[in-house]
Amino acid sequence: MNSGTVKTETKNGVLWLTMNRPDKLNAFNEEMGNDLLESLKEGEKSPEVRCVVLTGEGRAFSVGEDLNANRSMIESGKPVLLGEVLKRKYNPIVQRMRKMEKPILGAVNGVTAGAGLGLALACDLRVASDRATFHEAFIKAGLVPDSGTTFWLTRILGLGKAMEVGLLGEPIDASKALNMGLVNWVFPDDRFREEATRLAERLAKGPTKAMGLTKRALNRAVVVDVDSALEYEMYLQDVAGKSKDHAEGVKAFFEKREPTFTGE
Amino acid sequence: MNYETIIASREGPLGIITLNRPQAMNALSTKMVTELISALNEFEKDDGVRCLVIAGSERAFSAGADIKEMAEMTAVQMTMTGHFFPLWDRVGRYPKPIVGALSGFVLGGGLELAMSLDVLVASETTQLGQPEIDIGIMPGGGGTQRLTRAVGKYKAMEMILTGRRIGAEEAKGLGLVSRVVPKEAYLEEAKKVANEIASKSPVAIRLAKMAVNKAFEMGLTQGLDFEREVFYLLFASEDKNEGMNAFVEKRKPEFKGK
Repeated sequence: MNSGTVKTETKNGVLWLTMNRPDKLNAFNEEMGNDLLESLKEGEKSPEVRCVVLTGEGRAFSVGEDLNANRSMIESGKPVLLGEVLKRKYNPIVQRMRKMEKPILGAVNGVTAGAGLGLALACDLRVASDRATFHEAFIKAGLVPDSGTTFWLTRILGLGKAMEVGLLGEPIDASKALNMGLVNWVFPDDRFREEATRLAERLAKGPTKAMGLTKRALNRAVVVDVDSALEYEMYLQDVAGKSKDHAEGVKAFFEKREPTFTGE
Repeated sequence: MNYETIIASREGPLGIITLNRPQAMNALSTKMVTELISALNEFEKDDGVRCLVIAGSERAFSAGADIKEMAEMTAVQMTMTGHFFPLWDRVGRYPKPIVGALSGFVLGGGLELAMSLDVLVASETTQLGQPEIDIGIMPGGGGTQRLTRAVGKYKAMEMILTGRRIGAEEAKGLGLVSRVVPKEAYLEEAKKVANEIASKSPVAIRLAKMAVNKAFEMGLTQGLDFEREVFYLLFASEDKNEGMNAFVEKRKPEFKGK
């Protein structure tokens, strides 16, 4: 199924998804959209996968939509139907990432722009190389932020900063991204891969069930009122309370040792 | 009670019917309809059953009528057997309250079944729709009437003419389902609501259900007259005395259905 535009490797409970069109700075064509969606579906199903990492091959994370398609449509006088592209390609990926009940770490290795930034923001956590740069590039192409970026930017940065980023589209370097809260960690490029691996493997050893429920509760809390959030927490806590990992966590606490979670 | 396509069980005052054709997404077949009617009859006779719950699986409450079965039927067969009409008739006039526990696909006949129940609790994964138009037919189990009464003409038209599905939250906004809860909790929540209903006076519950349903059949004046008559009737019940005494004595009432 996978046509090779996304490399997949599972190691120590971590599914590494590497966007693999390095000569195009990992721009998205149809195949890469399909491959990423299929790989996410498989990661979701596989019980041995307890953390997913999204990263890019070469010097880019991803620069988003391949503008060559837009150029040929414009030059041949055909209408450019971008809404359809979003509906078919990017939105299902973002929705699946948000709903997957496993932690997703974005390992932002380099330049990220447009829908690439959207997908980085759709990850639950982000670790970046100090070489990474972030471009909310849509405005420079006369477009609006898509693939979820309007949603994430307003929630992560607040409306004021999101306006600045969305309307001016100036590049953001890694240290600035860290200060703004766009990424959670930045490491020097020579240690980046090792640190990302360490974080991912730590996530993969966590109580996956509780992490999945936490992710659901947090994703919901940003869109509902406090009463609904309280009620939702209550239901999910009932579920988490019945998990094996909770029993192990409590046991380890009283035995004064580190818990060993199985994800069940 | 042993059935092939459903599971009927008792939990305290609840009669629980679980649609059980998981490989067919709980599609309604003639067999399932017959068994449903039979389970409903059993639970009606059982005085210990004060409220019912009808559920499917997490993946599908019911994805609709069994299309393979339906495809072979002629208009005459449909007419002579009434197809699923005996079920719609039975469930639509059922005297005891029924809570629907919805999750996953609630489509076509599945939605029509859900809409003939009394209170709907939905998992957040629920998708509801009347997609009959996509296979060249239209809703035939009450969908055009009940959906229109539930959500109004324009939303019902959109759903029935385009076949578009709506999610749980949208359905809640439209008043079609009462509660939306996480997928792990919907069945428990439905039972909780059912137990709450089961703790009330069965006489009052029966008449209240009847009176609410009359709102769809009668003009306002006749409906109000009907309500007043059954309201007076309750003053002849032991449960009314028990309820009012318990209130004054600040204790929980024990209703007997008398």
